[in-house]
Amino acid sequence: MIRMQPSVENAQTIAESDAVAVERTLAGDRDAFRVLVERHSHNVFRLAYRMTGNRPDAEEVVQEAFLRAYQKLGKFEARANFGTWVYRIAANYAIDRMRQRKKEEARRAEPSVHEEGTENDPVKLVRDEAPTPERLAHNIELRKQMEIALAALSYSERTAFVMRHWEGCAIEEIAEVLKSSSGAAKNTVFRAVQKLRLALQPFVGRGTQVRAMGTES
Amino acid sequence: MKHMTEEELIAYKEGVAAQRAVIAQHLAACQECRAELERIEAVLAALDTLPVPNPGDDYGRHVWQQLAPRLPERPARSWQVWFEPRRLAAFGTVAVLVIAAFFIGKHTGRPGTPDLNASKEQIRERILVVAVGDHLSKSEMFLVELSNAQPNSSSGKLVNISAEQRRAEDLLDENRLYRQTALQEGDKVMASTLDELERFLLDVANSPDEVTPAQLEKIRQKIEERGILFKVRVVGRELQERQKATTPPPAQNDSMKSERNKA
Repeated sequence: MIRMQPSVENAQTIAESDAVAVERTLAGDRDAFRVLVERHSHNVFRLAYRMTGNRPDAEEVVQEAFLRAYQKLGKFEARANFGTWVYRIAANYAIDRMRQRKKEEARRAEPSVHEEGTENDPVKLVRDEAPTPERLAHNIELRKQMEIALAALSYSERTAFVMRHWEGCAIEEIAEVLKSSSGAAKNTVFRAVQKLRLALQPFVGRGTQVRAMGTES
Repeated sequence: MKHMTEEELIAYKEGVAAQRAVIAQHLAACQECRAELERIEAVLAALDTLPVPNPGDDYGRHVWQQLAPRLPERPARSWQVWFEPRRLAAFGTVAVLVIAAFFIGKHTGRPGTPDLNASKEQIRERILVVAVGDHLSKSEMFLVELSNAQPNSSSGKLVNISAEQRRAEDLLDENRLYRQTALQEGDKVMASTLDELERFLLDVANSPDEVTPAQLEKIRQKIEERGILFKVRVVGRELQERQKATTPPPAQNDSMKSERNKA
């Protein structure tokens, strides 16, 4: 997991400082919100970029997440963690943005790799590229395949994978964003990794066979 | 030896496995499962190399500069929300009606009327008739407008319903007060209709600011499926009739209420 985990002491100091900034904002000090924006923008951007896969959308998600957080700050519970809260708002908006993007692409009648369904099976997408050994060796090609495989995940799969694998979010947090149970969120993480593995295993050079599940020897 | 499933290994790798110790123990003894886990790890490690652009050290400042002009005056605390002008107006209306009820009750008591309690009951009900009648006609108009909303579903464009949300919030405040009053008055039909209306208004108030045509259609369907508009109309019409009537005898009023409650 890549998310930078601050030390317990640091995290506590940040949370306390966040709580003060929230209080001051609610008391009418708009500049206090600036502290929160400047402190959490990078983290929210990273999440947004990994979810949307492109910078303009990620920047829009960041803006919208903080705007919504400001508008709903009255409902924010003082005991909660502002960073986690704005994260969830960003993840929810990123899902909306991805859906919107898909519709825009459909309207332009371009073939989209974001569609859900059999025609978007990541394995098929990868096979269509017919990689040669030279391509396989090439990092750029691998990166392209990874982007295709990520784009072929459903919104919930991509969200679950990004939040769990890259951002180290708890399953309960993911479940809340996906509006599902913890069990369902865990399954979504599993499905995402399984799809990514099927799509990318041939390109990572560590054996192309995926073993049959739960076999005995 | 029974090997671990792919799901168990992925859950182990992602730190969400229920029986982590059991899997770790198995991995220590099983080379094949270790190799399988390594293959999973290789894919995930490759994915970890995907770069995320660095938005720059002053990104936070940049976000703030763009955000600041878009921020409204200040966010309200949930308890402060109750002191917003529109909510104060709703409370004010009810307060005026209650005070009016007090004075009407004081000055319209018929000399020599043996049942003073019946007269007070009548006055309270009259207050409800006027105030709730007005509230129901506003709600009816709101429901009709929502029912007739016909977004172009083929365009797939998001529909902004923030204005409707604000109206729903306004109606919600009044609705709560009238529902509680109806409950205290023992008017079950009225309380039940207002309760259903309240649930629907809550749904609208808590919807996202922008909805897809499909989501708007769902909201519209709720009105039809629950028959909210019909119920609001029936109770509203009845209240109008009662409002038109001059001073109905208390006994008749009670019987009307009990008849509706039976229904």
